[in-house]
Amino acid sequence: MSTPGTRTVLVLLDSAGTELRSPVLELITVGRSLGRVEAVALEAPSVDVLAQLGAYGVALVRQAEPSSGGEVVTGDALHLTPVVAEVLAAATRASDADAVLLTSSFPNKEAAARLAFLTEAGLVIDASALTDGGTHLVADKRVFAGSWDVRSEIVTDPAVLTLRANSVVPQPAEVAVATEVGALRLELSPAATATRVVSRTVDESAGAGRPALGEAAIVVAGGRGTNGDFGPVTELADALGAAVGATRDAVYEGWHDQFVGQTGVTVAPRLYIGAGVSGAPHHRGGMQASQVIVAVNNDPECPLFEISDFAVVGDLADVLPQAAEVLREHRSSQG
Amino acid sequence: MRIVVAVKYVPDIHADRGFEGGRVVRRADEGTLNELDENAVEAALRLKEALPEAERETSEVIVLTVAGPDADGAVRRSYQLGADRGVRVSDDAIAGSDYFGTARVLAAAVRRLADEAPVDLVVTGMAALDGLGSVVPALLSAELDLPQLTLAGKLEVDGEPGARTARVTRELDGVEEVLEAPLPAVVSVTDHANDPRMPNFKLIMAARTRPVEAWSLADLGVDPALVGETGARSRVTDASPRPPRPDAEIVVDKGEGGRALAEFLIRNDLV
Ligand SMILES: Cc1cc2nc3c(=O)[nH]c(=O)nc-3n(C[C@H](O)[C@H](O)[C@H](O)COP(=O)(O)OP(=O)(O)OC[C@H]3O[C@@H](n4cnc5c(N)ncnc54)[C@H](O)[C@@H]3O)c2cc1C
Repeated sequence: MSTPGTRTVLVLLDSAGTELRSPVLELITVGRSLGRVEAVALEAPSVDVLAQLGAYGVALVRQAEPSSGGEVVTGDALHLTPVVAEVLAAATRASDADAVLLTSSFPNKEAAARLAFLTEAGLVIDASALTDGGTHLVADKRVFAGSWDVRSEIVTDPAVLTLRANSVVPQPAEVAVATEVGALRLELSPAATATRVVSRTVDESAGAGRPALGEAAIVVAGGRGTNGDFGPVTELADALGAAVGATRDAVYEGWHDQFVGQTGVTVAPRLYIGAGVSGAPHHRGGMQASQVIVAVNNDPECPLFEISDFAVVGDLADVLPQAAEVLREHRSSQG
Repeated sequence: MRIVVAVKYVPDIHADRGFEGGRVVRRADEGTLNELDENAVEAALRLKEALPEAERETSEVIVLTVAGPDADGAVRRSYQLGADRGVRVSDDAIAGSDYFGTARVLAAAVRRLADEAPVDLVVTGMAALDGLGSVVPALLSAELDLPQLTLAGKLEVDGEPGARTARVTRELDGVEEVLEAPLPAVVSVTDHANDPRMPNFKLIMAARTRPVEAWSLADLGVDPALVGETGARSRVTDASPRPPRPDAEIVVDKGEGGRALAEFLIRNDLV
């Protein structure tokens, strides 16, 4: 078992072909606090990604080249969860990693679980912090709709974790490095490719120009109270540079495309604003860990007020545009 | 067709939950069938109901849970919906299991069911509303070495008995995928997959006295040291309730509510 600061941490790069988004940079930042960080990519890293990795002190990125029955696996099949897990397991062995970190998306949680299965590693899903406890790595996690903090020791080496977005502020390394790309060749098990990808479509337009919901530092969510008009919600989100979310009911009505909550996207931003959102337990479970909670609702008894830091009793169609206007004025006065 | 549905008995989402000595405390009278598992039961029942009559009669929807005896409530609820058979695996050694211990026991029980007669499909809900790990279905597929088709918003099965294929459509993080695998496979369904039916009155009456089969680890040949607290790969060292939030500052909008909101954000450096 290694001593603090000398661990090897492996980070899975989501979207290595374009640029690394904030949650991945957070993983690297956390990894650096434990020791040396190596990255794993499923596709060729872009020039921008290599520059980012260099600035974040990552000297090596292992680019996966899996094959199945002697044939190189490319394209959509690379994203199958068992394939990602076997790639990560091979990388874990190649770099003798003490910890493997992934962002907390649904597909990544499953890949993390299968990786832990393959490497007999301990697993923490949705961690909010990772530190070195000396003998063991120690993970913090917020549970029960954000009402409890739990700390656990991972008694195995390696440890596998998915880390929630906004857990730390991404920090480049003190000294930049030149990042090398190394090929990671492996033969997949037959089971890994037993599932066939009939089609895979990435919706590039989703959230165009706005931060992704699961990663944003500020989230404005609209509920049934919008009555189908998300105009005031997006106007305020634009004034704040925020992501737009919704309740499940609003999504089922077809008013927006992504919802926050236990069965939707989990968010833990610095600021969450819920407008026309009642605050049902299923919704709270996905946003209650937000640092500051603001509610706008015409019902003074709405349950979201119980967990809010600031609340306005009023019609969101009046309140949100006015807030947006004041914020825009504030921004322009700041230059 | 034989379909095994893995279900969990969870504390009511409205109930207070907490920790004691590193373990989740729950009170027996507050449990329910995990709401999201109703979608799994529904998916299994619909697959069975869509079969030609002759095959339907020999088909079975078997509900499986790993838990203490109070979890019979979850199995009974599944009976009310139309499940044919219920199995609960209970053993003192299981307490404190992590994801891996749970998946190991579930897999052993599925294997035992498959020894009786082939199992075509294992269906689960997308997550348990208590722990919300959402990883047991993937682990179950790994344990059983069966293809995983998880987080399905839509599930279809076609083909002839013995040569069937499952196809799922799922939408995650702005990516829409259609995946296909030969049966047997492990499928998890989201709450988009269907609308669970209401319990059936005749079945409600019958469910009261319907037995739930109880199996132990010994019945499954699972080494107790590999599950429960001894087999867990992580251990809770500290659990504390978060301090309650101070009461909200509440402003009633009389024309200046939006301004007050913006000023709160500016004052607290949130813009
Ligand atoms: C298994 C399961 C899983 C679920 N998962 C999720 C989940 O992940 N996420 C989720 O969000 N939901 C989820 N739900 C649904 C959830 O239980 C609630 O039904 C939903 O969150 C309520 O959405 P809402 O707040 O938009 O609507 P409502 O509860 O109808 O609330 C609307 C609010 O708008 C207010 N309002 C109305 N008009 C105005 C106005 N002009 N100005 C200001 N306020 C106004 C009302 O006072 C009310 O408080 C789930 C449900 C189930 C059964």
